Amino acid sequence: MRGEVRDGRIVIVGASLAGLRAAETLREKGFTGSLTLVGEEPQPPYDRPPLSKQVLLGRVPADRTGLPRRRDVEAQWRLGVRATGLDPIGKRVLLADGEEVPFDRLLIATGTRARPWPNPAEAALDGVFTLRTSDEARRLAERLDAGPRRVLVIGAGFTGSEIASACRERGLAVTVAERGPAPLVGALGGTLGALAAKLQRAHGVDLRCGVTVTALEGDGRLTGAQFSDGTHIDADVAVVALGAIRNTEWLAESGLAAGPRGVTCDAGCRAFDMYGIVTDDVFAAGDIARFPHPLFEYQLLSLEHWGNAVAQAEVAAHNMVNPGPRRLPHLTVPAFWSSQFGLNIKSVGVPTFSDQVVIAQGSLKDARLVAVYGYRGRVTAAVSVNQARSLAYYQRLIETAAPFPPAPGAADQIESPVPVPSDVPDPKLLSHGPTVALTGHMPDRRLTVVQPAR
Amino acid sequence: MNVVVDLNRCQGYAQCAFLAPEVFTMHGEEALLYHPVVPDGQLERVRRAVAACPVQAILMGEEAGAGAR
Repeated sequence: MRGEVRDGRIVIVGASLAGLRAAETLREKGFTGSLTLVGEEPQPPYDRPPLSKQVLLGRVPADRTGLPRRRDVEAQWRLGVRATGLDPIGKRVLLADGEEVPFDRLLIATGTRARPWPNPAEAALDGVFTLRTSDEARRLAERLDAGPRRVLVIGAGFTGSEIASACRERGLAVTVAERGPAPLVGALGGTLGALAAKLQRAHGVDLRCGVTVTALEGDGRLTGAQFSDGTHIDADVAVVALGAIRNTEWLAESGLAAGPRGVTCDAGCRAFDMYGIVTDDVFAAGDIARFPHPLFEYQLLSLEHWGNAVAQAEVAAHNMVNPGPRRLPHLTVPAFWSSQFGLNIKSVGVPTFSDQVVIAQGSLKDARLVAVYGYRGRVTAAVSVNQARSLAYYQRLIETAAPFPPAPGAADQIESPVPVPSDVPDPKLLSHGPTVALTGHMPDRRLTVVQPAR
Repeated sequence: MNVVVDLNRCQGYAQCAFLAPEVFTMHGEEALLYHPVVPDGQLERVRRAVAACPVQAILMGEEAGAGAR
Protein backbone atom coordinates (compact mmCIF):
# COMPACT_ATOMS: atom_id res chain seq x y z
CA MET A 1 0.00 0.00 0.00
CA ARG A 2 2.73 2.37 1.02
CA GLY A 3 4.81 1.65 -2.06
CA GLU A 4 1.81 2.03 -4.31
CA VAL A 5 1.15 5.65 -3.48
CA ARG A 6 4.81 6.73 -3.46
CA ASP A 7 5.47 5.68 -7.05
CA GLY A 8 3.60 5.60 -10.33
CA ARG A 9 2.86 8.54 -12.61
CA ILE A 10 1.56 11.88 -11.38
CA VAL A 11 0.58 14.61 -13.82
CA ILE A 12 -0.05 18.19 -12.71
CA VAL A 13 -1.94 20.34 -15.20
CA GLY A 14 -1.21 24.00 -14.44
CA ALA A 15 2.36 25.20 -13.94
CA SER A 16 1.79 28.25 -11.78
CA LEU A 17 1.98 28.74 -8.00
CA ALA A 18 -0.30 25.83 -7.00
CA GLY A 19 1.22 23.42 -9.52
CA LEU A 20 4.78 24.24 -8.46
CA ARG A 21 4.12 24.01 -4.72
CA ALA A 22 2.28 20.71 -5.21
CA ALA A 23 5.23 19.30 -7.17
CA GLU A 24 7.67 20.33 -4.44
CA THR A 25 5.46 18.87 -1.73
CA LEU A 26 5.09 15.56 -3.59
CA ARG A 27 8.87 15.13 -3.60
CA GLU A 28 9.13 16.28 0.03
CA LYS A 29 6.59 13.62 1.02
CA GLY A 30 8.62 10.92 -0.65
CA PHE A 31 7.02 10.55 -4.08
CA THR A 32 9.59 8.70 -6.21
CA GLY A 33 7.60 8.12 -9.40
CA SER A 34 7.44 10.15 -12.59
CA LEU A 35 6.14 13.68 -12.37
CA THR A 36 4.97 15.81 -15.31
CA LEU A 37 3.92 19.45 -15.19
CA VAL A 38 1.85 20.80 -18.07
CA GLY A 39 1.60 24.58 -18.48
CA GLU A 40 -0.10 26.65 -21.16
CA GLU A 41 2.32 29.55 -20.84
CA PRO A 42 5.85 29.10 -22.21
CA GLN A 43 7.60 30.50 -19.13
CA PRO A 44 8.29 28.59 -15.93
CA PRO A 45 6.15 29.37 -12.85
CA TYR A 46 6.12 33.02 -11.88
CA ASP A 47 4.55 35.14 -9.16
CA ARG A 48 1.49 37.19 -10.10
CA PRO A 49 0.94 39.67 -7.22
CA PRO A 50 3.91 41.85 -8.32
CA LEU A 51 2.39 42.25 -11.81
CA SER A 52 -0.18 44.84 -10.69
CA LYS A 53 2.26 46.54 -8.29
CA GLN A 54 6.06 46.40 -8.84
CA VAL A 55 5.74 45.72 -12.59
CA LEU A 56 3.20 48.47 -13.34
CA LEU A 57 5.26 50.90 -11.26
CA GLY A 58 8.21 50.11 -13.55
CA ARG A 59 10.38 48.74 -10.75
CA VAL A 60 10.59 45.16 -12.00
CA PRO A 61 10.44 43.88 -15.61
CA ALA A 62 7.40 41.66 -16.16
CA ASP A 63 9.49 38.62 -17.10
CA ARG A 64 11.52 38.76 -13.87
CA THR A 65 8.97 37.59 -11.30
CA GLY A 66 9.94 33.90 -11.50
CA LEU A 67 9.07 31.85 -8.44
CA PRO A 68 11.95 30.41 -6.44
CA ARG A 69 11.79 26.68 -5.83
CA ARG A 70 12.03 25.12 -2.41
CA ARG A 71 13.71 21.99 -3.77
CA ASP A 72 14.41 20.19 -7.02
CA VAL A 73 11.18 18.60 -8.27
CA GLU A 74 12.77 16.29 -10.89
CA ALA A 75 9.85 16.78 -13.23
CA GLN A 76 9.24 16.74 -16.94
CA TRP A 77 8.04 20.21 -17.82
CA ARG A 78 5.63 20.45 -20.73
CA LEU A 79 5.41 24.22 -21.04
CA GLY A 80 3.76 26.22 -23.79
CA VAL A 81 1.13 23.57 -24.47
CA ARG A 82 -2.49 23.62 -23.36
CA ALA A 83 -4.38 20.63 -21.99
CA THR A 84 -7.47 20.14 -24.14
CA GLY A 85 -9.15 17.15 -22.54
CA LEU A 86 -9.18 14.50 -19.85
CA ASP A 87 -10.02 10.85 -20.40
CA PRO A 88 -10.88 9.60 -16.91
CA ILE A 89 -11.27 5.95 -17.94
CA GLY A 90 -8.11 5.70 -20.02
CA LYS A 91 -6.41 7.96 -17.44
CA ARG A 92 -4.71 10.34 -19.82
CA VAL A 93 -4.53 14.07 -20.37
CA LEU A 94 -4.92 15.23 -23.97
CA LEU A 95 -2.71 18.09 -25.14
CA ALA A 96 -3.23 20.70 -27.83
CA ASP A 97 -0.22 19.40 -29.79
CA GLY A 98 -1.96 16.02 -30.19
CA GLU A 99 0.09 14.22 -27.57
CA GLU A 100 -1.35 12.35 -24.61
CA VAL A 101 0.09 12.11 -21.11
CA PRO A 102 -0.92 9.02 -19.13
CA PHE A 103 -1.30 9.26 -15.35
CA ASP A 104 -2.09 7.23 -12.26
CA ARG A 105 -3.03 10.35 -10.30
CA LEU A 106 -3.83 13.81 -11.65
CA LEU A 107 -3.79 17.26 -10.06
CA ILE A 108 -5.89 19.94 -11.73
CA ALA A 109 -4.41 23.38 -11.06
CA THR A 110 -5.32 25.31 -14.20
CA GLY A 111 -6.39 28.45 -12.35
CA THR A 112 -8.09 31.37 -14.02
CA ARG A 113 -7.62 33.82 -16.85
CA ALA A 114 -8.71 37.45 -17.14
CA ARG A 115 -12.32 38.00 -18.18
CA PRO A 116 -12.09 39.75 -21.56
CA TRP A 117 -14.09 42.77 -22.67
CA PRO A 118 -17.36 41.26 -23.96
CA ASN A 119 -17.36 43.03 -27.33
CA PRO A 120 -14.58 41.34 -29.37
CA ALA A 121 -14.20 44.17 -31.87
CA GLU A 122 -13.77 46.71 -29.06
CA ALA A 123 -11.49 44.33 -27.12
CA ALA A 124 -9.23 44.16 -30.18
CA LEU A 125 -8.63 47.94 -30.25
CA ASP A 126 -5.01 48.91 -29.73
CA GLY A 127 -4.83 50.23 -26.18
CA VAL A 128 -7.28 47.79 -24.56
CA PHE A 129 -5.64 45.46 -22.04
CA THR A 130 -6.35 42.80 -19.45
CA LEU A 131 -3.92 41.93 -16.64
CA ARG A 132 -3.41 38.38 -15.52
CA THR A 133 -0.28 36.99 -17.18
CA SER A 134 3.26 38.33 -17.19
CA ASP A 135 2.94 38.90 -20.94
CA GLU A 136 -0.14 41.07 -20.39
CA ALA A 137 1.69 42.96 -17.64
CA ARG A 138 4.69 43.57 -19.92
CA ARG A 139 2.54 45.05 -22.67
CA LEU A 140 0.57 47.24 -20.26
CA ALA A 141 3.71 48.47 -18.49
CA GLU A 142 5.24 49.40 -21.85
CA ARG A 143 2.15 51.40 -22.73
CA LEU A 144 2.19 53.18 -19.37
CA ASP A 145 5.88 54.00 -19.96
CA ALA A 146 4.89 55.73 -23.18
CA GLY A 147 2.81 58.21 -21.15
CA PRO A 148 -0.83 57.87 -22.18
CA ARG A 149 -3.00 60.95 -21.69
CA ARG A 150 -5.69 59.06 -19.77
CA VAL A 151 -6.10 55.48 -18.55
CA LEU A 152 -9.57 54.02 -18.10
CA VAL A 153 -9.82 51.17 -15.58
CA ILE A 154 -13.03 49.15 -15.94
CA GLY A 155 -13.91 47.41 -12.68
CA ALA A 156 -12.87 48.49 -9.18
CA GLY A 157 -12.09 45.20 -7.48
CA PHE A 158 -8.60 44.61 -6.07
CA THR A 159 -6.86 44.31 -9.44
CA GLY A 160 -8.58 47.36 -10.91
CA SER A 161 -7.87 49.43 -7.80
CA GLU A 162 -4.20 48.40 -7.72
CA ILE A 163 -3.86 49.33 -11.41
CA ALA A 164 -5.44 52.72 -10.73
CA SER A 165 -3.08 53.22 -7.79
CA ALA A 166 0.02 52.41 -9.88
CA CYS A 167 -1.14 54.77 -12.64
CA ARG A 168 -1.66 57.64 -10.18
CA GLU A 169 1.77 56.99 -8.68
CA ARG A 170 3.18 57.39 -12.17
CA GLY A 171 1.30 60.68 -12.43
CA LEU A 172 -1.09 59.44 -15.12
CA ALA A 173 -4.69 60.65 -15.37
CA VAL A 174 -7.03 57.79 -14.44
CA THR A 175 -10.76 57.21 -14.68
CA VAL A 176 -12.18 54.21 -12.83
CA ALA A 177 -15.62 52.89 -13.77
CA GLU A 178 -17.49 50.55 -11.43
CA ARG A 179 -21.06 49.33 -11.70
CA GLY A 180 -21.31 48.79 -7.93
CA PRO A 181 -21.65 51.57 -5.36
CA ALA A 182 -17.92 51.78 -4.43
CA PRO A 183 -14.48 50.22 -5.07
CA LEU A 184 -13.74 46.92 -3.26
CA VAL A 185 -17.34 46.74 -2.07
CA GLY A 186 -17.78 43.26 -3.47
CA ALA A 187 -14.98 41.89 -1.29
CA LEU A 188 -15.14 44.13 1.78
CA GLY A 189 -18.70 45.49 1.99
CA GLY A 190 -20.04 49.01 2.25
CA THR A 191 -18.04 50.46 5.17
CA LEU A 192 -14.59 49.85 3.72
CA GLY A 193 -15.92 50.43 0.20
CA ALA A 194 -16.77 53.99 1.22
CA LEU A 195 -13.24 54.41 2.61
CA ALA A 196 -11.76 53.09 -0.66
CA ALA A 197 -13.85 55.57 -2.66
CA LYS A 198 -12.66 58.47 -0.52
CA LEU A 199 -9.07 57.32 -0.83
CA GLN A 200 -9.18 57.00 -4.62
CA ARG A 201 -10.65 60.49 -5.01
CA ALA A 202 -8.10 61.94 -2.56
CA HIS A 203 -5.38 60.51 -4.83
CA GLY A 204 -6.85 62.17 -7.88
CA VAL A 205 -8.72 59.26 -9.43
CA ASP A 206 -11.76 60.24 -11.48
CA LEU A 207 -13.92 57.56 -9.83
CA ARG A 208 -17.34 56.87 -11.31
CA CYS A 209 -19.56 54.41 -9.45
CA GLY A 210 -22.99 53.15 -10.38
CA VAL A 211 -22.15 53.33 -14.07
CA THR A 212 -21.08 50.88 -16.72
CA VAL A 213 -18.96 51.37 -19.79
CA THR A 214 -21.31 50.88 -22.72
CA ALA A 215 -18.80 51.24 -25.53
CA LEU A 216 -15.06 51.48 -26.13
CA GLU A 217 -14.48 53.75 -29.09
CA GLY A 218 -11.77 54.04 -31.68
CA ASP A 219 -10.70 53.17 -35.17
CA GLY A 220 -7.92 50.66 -34.74
CA ARG A 221 -6.69 52.58 -31.70
CA LEU A 222 -8.72 53.28 -28.58
CA THR A 223 -9.75 56.91 -28.37
CA GLY A 224 -12.44 57.01 -25.68
CA ALA A 225 -15.32 55.38 -23.87
CA GLN A 226 -19.02 55.90 -23.50
CA PHE A 227 -20.74 55.47 -20.12
CA SER A 228 -24.26 54.34 -19.25
CA ASP A 229 -25.06 57.76 -17.74
CA GLY A 230 -24.55 59.36 -21.16
CA THR A 231 -21.12 60.83 -20.39
CA HIS A 232 -18.01 60.26 -22.46
CA ILE A 233 -14.27 60.39 -21.80
CA ASP A 234 -11.18 60.49 -23.99
CA ALA A 235 -8.74 57.71 -23.12
CA ASP A 236 -5.92 56.03 -25.00
CA VAL A 237 -5.52 53.07 -22.63
CA ALA A 238 -8.29 50.94 -21.10
CA VAL A 239 -7.62 48.13 -18.66
CA VAL A 240 -10.44 45.61 -18.39
CA ALA A 241 -10.46 44.41 -14.76
CA LEU A 242 -13.73 42.49 -14.72
CA GLY A 243 -12.55 39.52 -12.70
CA ALA A 244 -11.52 36.07 -13.80
CA ILE A 245 -12.78 33.06 -15.72
CA ARG A 246 -11.92 29.60 -14.44
CA ASN A 247 -10.01 27.46 -16.89
CA THR A 248 -12.36 24.46 -16.82
CA GLU A 249 -13.37 24.22 -20.49
CA TRP A 250 -10.89 21.42 -21.13
CA LEU A 251 -12.76 19.30 -18.55
CA ALA A 252 -16.16 19.62 -20.26
CA GLU A 253 -16.22 15.99 -21.45
CA SER A 254 -14.41 14.55 -18.42
CA GLY A 255 -17.46 13.72 -16.32
CA LEU A 256 -16.07 15.79 -13.45
CA ALA A 257 -18.09 18.38 -11.52
CA ALA A 258 -16.39 21.14 -13.46
CA GLY A 259 -18.03 24.34 -14.61
CA PRO A 260 -17.82 28.13 -14.57
CA ARG A 261 -17.47 28.14 -10.77
CA GLY A 262 -14.55 25.72 -10.76
CA VAL A 263 -13.94 22.04 -10.06
CA THR A 264 -15.84 20.86 -7.01
CA CYS A 265 -13.74 18.85 -4.60
CA ASP A 266 -13.88 17.65 -1.00
CA ALA A 267 -11.86 19.05 1.89
CA GLY A 268 -9.10 16.62 0.92
CA CYS A 269 -8.89 18.17 -2.59
CA ARG A 270 -10.36 15.06 -4.27
CA ALA A 271 -12.49 16.09 -7.26
CA PHE A 272 -16.15 15.12 -7.48
CA ASP A 273 -17.66 13.71 -10.62
CA MET A 274 -20.83 15.20 -12.11
CA TYR A 275 -23.00 13.01 -9.85
CA GLY A 276 -21.26 14.17 -6.69
CA ILE A 277 -19.27 10.95 -6.33
CA VAL A 278 -15.77 11.55 -5.09
CA THR A 279 -12.85 10.38 -7.23
CA ASP A 280 -9.73 8.97 -5.69
CA ASP A 281 -7.20 9.70 -8.40
CA VAL A 282 -8.13 13.23 -9.54
CA PHE A 283 -7.35 16.17 -7.27
CA ALA A 284 -7.80 19.95 -7.58
CA ALA A 285 -6.02 22.91 -5.98
CA GLY A 286 -5.77 26.68 -6.27
CA ASP A 287 -8.10 29.13 -8.01
CA ILE A 288 -9.78 26.32 -9.95
CA ALA A 289 -10.92 24.40 -6.85
CA ARG A 290 -14.26 24.85 -5.14
CA PHE A 291 -14.38 23.20 -1.75
CA PRO A 292 -16.58 23.07 1.37
CA HIS A 293 -15.24 25.00 4.37
CA PRO A 294 -16.58 24.07 7.82
CA LEU A 295 -15.90 27.55 9.25
CA PHE A 296 -18.32 28.98 6.72
CA GLU A 297 -21.13 26.45 7.13
CA TYR A 298 -19.66 24.12 4.53
CA GLN A 299 -20.37 26.63 1.79
CA LEU A 300 -18.41 25.78 -1.30
CA LEU A 301 -15.68 28.40 -1.63
CA SER A 302 -13.62 29.34 -4.65
CA LEU A 303 -10.75 31.54 -3.55
CA GLU A 304 -8.50 33.51 -5.88
CA HIS A 305 -5.92 33.91 -3.15
CA TRP A 306 -2.16 33.40 -3.29
CA GLY A 307 -2.12 31.79 0.15
CA ASN A 308 -4.93 29.40 -0.73
CA ALA A 309 -3.04 28.19 -3.81
CA VAL A 310 -0.04 27.37 -1.61
CA ALA A 311 -1.95 25.75 1.26
CA GLN A 312 -4.35 23.77 -0.89
CA ALA A 313 -1.57 22.52 -3.17
CA GLU A 314 0.31 21.22 -0.14
CA VAL A 315 -2.76 19.38 1.16
CA ALA A 316 -3.54 17.95 -2.29
CA ALA A 317 0.04 16.73 -2.72
CA HIS A 318 0.08 15.16 0.74
CA ASN A 319 -3.16 13.33 0.03
CA MET A 320 -1.95 12.11 -3.36
CA VAL A 321 0.82 10.10 -1.68
CA ASN A 322 -0.93 9.04 1.54
CA PRO A 323 -3.59 6.36 2.03
CA GLY A 324 -7.04 7.28 3.38
CA PRO A 325 -6.57 7.47 7.16
CA ARG A 326 -3.44 9.59 6.84
CA ARG A 327 -5.06 12.20 4.62
CA LEU A 328 -5.36 15.82 5.70
CA PRO A 329 -8.22 18.30 5.25
CA HIS A 330 -7.71 21.75 3.76
CA LEU A 331 -9.10 23.93 6.56
CA THR A 332 -6.88 26.99 6.21
CA VAL A 333 -8.53 30.28 7.12
CA PRO A 334 -8.69 32.28 3.86
CA ALA A 335 -6.33 35.27 3.83
CA PHE A 336 -5.16 37.83 1.28
CA TRP A 337 -3.47 41.19 1.00
CA SER A 338 -3.50 44.20 -1.28
CA SER A 339 -1.44 47.36 -1.35
CA GLN A 340 -2.85 50.43 -3.02
CA PHE A 341 -2.77 54.20 -2.59
CA GLY A 342 -0.02 53.82 0.02
CA LEU A 343 -2.07 51.51 2.24
CA ASN A 344 -1.58 47.90 3.27
CA ILE A 345 -4.92 46.07 3.26
CA LYS A 346 -5.05 42.56 4.68
CA SER A 347 -7.92 40.18 5.27
CA VAL A 348 -8.54 36.93 7.14
CA GLY A 349 -11.73 34.91 6.98
CA VAL A 350 -14.45 35.65 4.43
CA PRO A 351 -15.76 39.23 4.75
CA THR A 352 -18.62 38.54 2.36
CA PHE A 353 -19.85 35.82 4.71
CA SER A 354 -21.26 38.43 7.06
CA ASP A 355 -24.31 40.43 8.02
CA GLN A 356 -22.63 43.02 10.27
CA VAL A 357 -19.32 44.83 10.58
CA VAL A 358 -17.73 46.85 13.37
CA ILE A 359 -14.59 48.97 13.47
CA ALA A 360 -12.83 47.16 16.31
CA GLN A 361 -9.59 49.16 16.33
CA GLY A 362 -8.52 52.51 14.90
CA SER A 363 -10.70 54.68 12.71
CA LEU A 364 -11.82 55.25 9.16
CA LYS A 365 -10.75 58.88 9.52
CA ASP A 366 -7.09 57.91 9.99
CA ALA A 367 -7.29 55.06 7.44
CA ARG A 368 -5.70 52.83 10.06
CA LEU A 369 -8.10 50.29 11.46
CA VAL A 370 -9.33 46.74 11.88
CA ALA A 371 -12.87 46.01 10.71
CA VAL A 372 -14.36 42.82 12.14
CA TYR A 373 -17.16 41.03 10.32
CA GLY A 374 -19.82 38.83 11.90
CA TYR A 375 -22.50 36.46 10.73
CA ARG A 376 -25.39 35.69 13.05
CA GLY A 377 -23.46 36.59 16.16
CA ARG A 378 -20.08 35.03 15.46
CA VAL A 379 -16.86 36.43 14.03
CA THR A 380 -16.27 35.37 10.41
CA ALA A 381 -13.65 37.82 9.08
CA ALA A 382 -11.37 40.74 9.85
CA VAL A 383 -9.80 43.30 7.52
CA SER A 384 -6.92 45.52 8.55
CA VAL A 385 -5.83 48.77 6.95
CA ASN A 386 -2.23 49.62 7.93
CA GLN A 387 -2.72 47.56 11.09
CA ALA A 388 -1.60 44.09 9.95
CA ARG A 389 -0.12 42.91 13.23
CA SER A 390 -3.55 42.70 14.85
CA LEU A 391 -4.85 40.15 12.39
CA ALA A 392 -3.42 37.03 14.04
CA TYR A 393 -5.61 37.79 17.05
CA TYR A 394 -8.75 38.01 14.96
CA GLN A 395 -7.82 34.88 13.03
CA ARG A 396 -8.03 32.98 16.32
CA LEU A 397 -11.48 34.47 16.93
CA ILE A 398 -12.59 33.25 13.51
CA GLU A 399 -11.15 29.77 14.06
CA THR A 400 -12.98 29.43 17.36
CA ALA A 401 -16.27 30.94 16.12
CA ALA A 402 -16.00 33.62 18.85
CA PRO A 403 -19.07 35.77 19.52
CA PHE A 404 -19.67 38.90 17.43
CA PRO A 405 -19.21 41.76 18.14
CA PRO A 406 -15.85 41.03 19.78
CA ALA A 407 -15.05 42.52 23.17
CA PRO A 408 -13.71 46.08 22.80
CA GLY A 409 -9.93 46.56 22.73
CA ALA A 410 -8.46 47.94 25.95
CA ALA A 411 -6.39 50.84 24.65
CA ASP A 412 -8.26 52.06 21.63
CA GLN A 413 -10.66 54.94 21.40
CA ILE A 414 -13.18 53.45 19.02
CA GLU A 415 -14.77 55.83 16.60
CA SER A 416 -17.84 53.69 15.95
CA PRO A 417 -18.18 50.78 18.35
CA VAL A 418 -21.64 49.84 17.14
CA PRO A 419 -21.96 47.14 14.48
CA VAL A 420 -23.58 48.26 11.26
CA PRO A 421 -24.87 46.17 8.33
CA SER A 422 -21.91 44.92 6.34
CA ASP A 423 -23.62 45.85 3.06
CA VAL A 424 -22.15 43.15 0.90
CA PRO A 425 -23.85 43.57 -2.45
CA ASP A 426 -25.01 40.75 -4.67
CA PRO A 427 -22.02 40.03 -6.96
CA LYS A 428 -24.33 40.52 -9.94
CA LEU A 429 -24.35 44.25 -9.15
CA LEU A 430 -20.57 44.57 -9.60
CA SER A 431 -18.49 45.25 -12.67
CA HIS A 432 -15.94 42.66 -11.67
CA GLY A 433 -16.30 39.04 -10.63
CA PRO A 434 -15.75 38.32 -6.92
CA THR A 435 -12.32 37.02 -5.87
CA VAL A 436 -14.07 34.97 -3.19
CA ALA A 437 -17.16 33.24 -4.46
CA LEU A 438 -19.61 31.65 -2.07
CA THR A 439 -20.92 29.18 -4.56
CA GLY A 440 -22.86 26.72 -2.48
CA HIS A 441 -26.38 27.21 -1.26
CA MET A 442 -27.37 28.36 2.20
CA PRO A 443 -29.42 25.62 3.86
CA ASP A 444 -31.32 28.18 5.93
CA ARG A 445 -32.34 30.25 2.93
CA ARG A 446 -34.96 28.07 1.34
CA LEU A 447 -35.01 29.71 -2.02
CA THR A 448 -33.67 29.33 -5.48
CA VAL A 449 -32.78 32.31 -7.59
CA VAL A 450 -34.21 31.86 -11.05
CA GLN A 451 -32.72 34.23 -13.59
CA PRO A 452 -34.43 34.76 -16.92
CA ALA A 453 -32.17 34.31 -19.93
CA ARG A 454 -30.89 37.64 -21.20
CA MET B 1 18.52 33.40 -7.13
CA ASN B 2 14.94 34.55 -6.74
CA VAL B 3 12.89 35.53 -3.72
CA VAL B 4 9.20 35.50 -2.98
CA VAL B 5 7.62 36.94 0.14
CA ASP B 6 4.52 35.41 1.68
CA LEU B 7 2.75 38.70 2.30
CA ASN B 8 0.06 36.96 4.35
CA ARG B 9 2.80 36.27 6.88
CA CYS B 10 4.63 39.58 6.48
CA GLN B 11 3.84 41.93 9.34
CA GLY B 12 5.90 44.88 8.23
CA TYR B 13 8.80 44.49 10.68
CA ALA B 14 10.98 45.91 7.86
CA GLN B 15 14.10 43.96 8.90
CA CYS B 16 14.56 42.95 5.26
CA ALA B 17 14.31 46.56 4.06
CA PHE B 18 16.97 47.45 6.62
CA LEU B 19 19.35 44.61 5.74
CA ALA B 20 18.89 44.48 1.93
CA PRO B 21 17.41 47.79 0.84
CA GLU B 22 18.20 47.23 -2.84
CA VAL B 23 15.87 44.23 -2.88
CA PHE B 24 13.24 45.07 -0.24
CA THR B 25 11.59 48.46 0.21
CA MET B 26 8.65 49.66 2.26
CA HIS B 27 5.92 51.32 0.25
CA GLY B 28 3.97 53.55 2.55
CA GLU B 29 4.04 52.73 6.25
CA GLU B 30 3.35 49.01 6.05
CA ALA B 31 3.35 47.60 2.53
CA LEU B 32 6.45 45.75 1.28
CA LEU B 33 7.67 45.78 -2.31
CA TYR B 34 10.54 43.55 -3.36
CA HIS B 35 12.60 42.71 -6.42
CA PRO B 36 12.05 39.01 -7.18
CA VAL B 37 15.49 38.53 -8.81
CA VAL B 38 18.39 38.94 -6.39
CA PRO B 39 21.30 40.84 -7.99
CA ASP B 40 24.58 38.88 -7.66
CA GLY B 41 26.20 41.35 -5.30
CA GLN B 42 23.21 41.24 -2.96
CA LEU B 43 23.10 37.51 -2.20
CA GLU B 44 24.72 37.71 1.23
CA ARG B 45 22.54 40.63 2.29
CA VAL B 46 19.39 38.81 1.18
CA ARG B 47 20.49 35.66 3.04
CA ARG B 48 20.76 37.78 6.18
CA ALA B 49 17.33 39.29 5.53
CA VAL B 50 15.81 35.81 5.10
CA ALA B 51 17.32 34.74 8.42
CA ALA B 52 16.32 37.93 10.23
CA CYS B 53 12.63 37.99 9.20
CA PRO B 54 10.74 37.55 12.50
CA VAL B 55 7.89 35.68 10.76
CA GLN B 56 10.07 33.79 8.25
CA ALA B 57 8.07 35.09 5.32
CA ILE B 58 10.87 35.19 2.72
CA LEU B 59 11.70 32.20 0.52
CA MET B 60 14.90 32.29 -1.51
CA GLY B 61 15.86 29.70 -4.11
CA GLU B 62 16.81 28.91 -7.68
CA GLU B 63 14.17 29.89 -10.20
CA ALA B 64 11.75 26.98 -10.57
CA GLY B 65 11.66 25.10 -13.86
CA ALA B 66 14.13 27.47 -15.51
CA GLY B 67 15.81 24.56 -17.27
CA ALA B 68 12.53 23.79 -19.02
CA ARG B 69 12.59 27.02 -21.01
